[in-house]
Amino acid sequence: MTPGVPRWLLAPAALGAAFVLLPLVAIVVRVPWGDFGELVTSEASREALLLSLRTSATSTVLCVLLGVPMAAVLARTSFPGRAVVRSLVLLPLVLPPVVGGLALLYTFGRRGLLGETLEVLGVQVAFSTAAVVLAQTFVALPFLVLSLEGSLRTAGERYELVAATLGARPTTVFRRVTLPLVLPGLLSGAVLAFARALGEFGATVTFAGSLEGVTRTMPTQIYLLRETDADGAVALSLLLVVVAVLVIGLATRGRAADRGLA
Amino acid sequence: MTLLLEATVADRGVDVALEVAAGETVALLGPNGAGKSTVLAVAAGLLQPDTGTVRLDDHELTGRRVVPPHARRTALLAQDPLLFPHLTALDNVAFGPRSAGVRRRAARDRARRWLSEVGAADLAGRRPGELSGGQAQRVAVARALAAEPRLLLLDEPMAALDVAVTPALRQTLRRVLEGRTTVVVTHDVLDALLLADRVVVLDRGRVVEQGPAAEVLARPRSPFAARIAGLNLVAGRWSGGAVRSDAGRAVAGTPSGPALREGDPAVAVFRPRAVSVFRDAPGGSPRTALAVVVTHLEPHGDQVRVRAGDLAADVTAHAAAELDLAPGTPVTFSVKATEVDVYAR
Repeated sequence: MTPGVPRWLLAPAALGAAFVLLPLVAIVVRVPWGDFGELVTSEASREALLLSLRTSATSTVLCVLLGVPMAAVLARTSFPGRAVVRSLVLLPLVLPPVVGGLALLYTFGRRGLLGETLEVLGVQVAFSTAAVVLAQTFVALPFLVLSLEGSLRTAGERYELVAATLGARPTTVFRRVTLPLVLPGLLSGAVLAFARALGEFGATVTFAGSLEGVTRTMPTQIYLLRETDADGAVALSLLLVVVAVLVIGLATRGRAADRGLA
Repeated sequence: MTLLLEATVADRGVDVALEVAAGETVALLGPNGAGKSTVLAVAAGLLQPDTGTVRLDDHELTGRRVVPPHARRTALLAQDPLLFPHLTALDNVAFGPRSAGVRRRAARDRARRWLSEVGAADLAGRRPGELSGGQAQRVAVARALAAEPRLLLLDEPMAALDVAVTPALRQTLRRVLEGRTTVVVTHDVLDALLLADRVVVLDRGRVVEQGPAAEVLARPRSPFAARIAGLNLVAGRWSGGAVRSDAGRAVAGTPSGPALREGDPAVAVFRPRAVSVFRDAPGGSPRTALAVVVTHLEPHGDQVRVRAGDLAADVTAHAAAELDLAPGTPVTFSVKATEVDVYAR
């Protein structure tokens, strides 16, 4: 038997749920079902969706490649100023995305901190698909780091110490003990990062612009359509909701299956 | 492998010198916080001592180049088996050999041998979550041994187990520890007697007593060794036919062993069943009378053990009822001088 909750909590909880669900209902109600197929399969929509999926997947991979080491260092080492570094690294979490976009522009843009160096090397980042990926990675990375760091702290170091006394080198311990133990945390962190990247708008528009087929992702497309073609915007919104729900559903099922094995 | 460990760890108040001969099993005894686990952590390389050296045979493990835990070959087994939850029992045991570079099949073969050595061959395919506490600890023993450690460190390996399964595991340990250099931390007198060749008693970070297990437990010199041996011990100086403690207790007794001179540090040791309990001090007998206050009562076989601080007396249940004993009751513990063994501290 579960302890349950005081009865008076139920009303505000229901209110909160309604507050989240009602807007979704409003979108579903507003969808022009007759033209739905046509609206979401138009050339522009298809391109935007594919671009969004591609860039979000790429930035999720980047988040994993950069975020796993970051989380490991934050959770398992101590150095002076660790707390400061940690809060700075997690800054994009609370930064308005449009500010993030500006910051990226002044870093990788033509006049930016690294822009000139990159230009010499023949690389132009701003207003390219790469810029979309960078913007998404910038805002999504903290989600993965935070989630994984929490898992690492919960898992603790005891298994790792035992593994070391059994003769496992640090790399072996990380690969065979640490990572498998925090795999659920890593997966949910990756899902969060993917979802955040998929919805990314402000930083993308500021840093990458809205070039059809190159940088115009779903959120940008929806925002632009909203003024000229409200029906199209609603249809695409629903599509984005469905994709997001599918991703989260698949990831949680994957996790459940993983737990079932364990 | 011979272990030589001399270490100080200032913030834990530990200053210990410990030697374990090749193939010897040493039991590390002591009250909580005495520094037992600290000593194991220093040996395993999980804690850097402030000063000191750790040597395994000719291998210097500390000093200018500190050897990291994974290169020491000192397997550590704790109270909690800590089996890796994502691996089967077999792969847990194969972990050590795999880490040493043994191929998967050979490592699993070796793991199977160790599992059957500890009587857990049938558990090979199970996940840790599907094992009972005793089964998991058996697998953990196999895992530690499969790593072929030069030094085995056991930190209260049976403390978390059901009393019903400890005897069998103790027998297994007794068998597999034979001829291995081992340090085992324990609170259990049976562990000390059955597993260890020698016991070392720590108190407040110092070695206070050491020697062959049976000898230390029969003639303890430290309060802790006396307690786990189930004996009363009063420490003080030999004076006028009695051991007089700093707290003002005097226990008359019969010296044994090397002759004691007046003022020599000595201990008076006597069994709880040699103690009689009175509500009023008995007068005019060659008995020692100690005024104490009962702290608690517990059943002890067919008797009742009356505890009064660090002293204990065994009386019959009938006597306990007649004396109307309860915690807080002031009583007199009385013991004949012929029942008290006195020897140098």
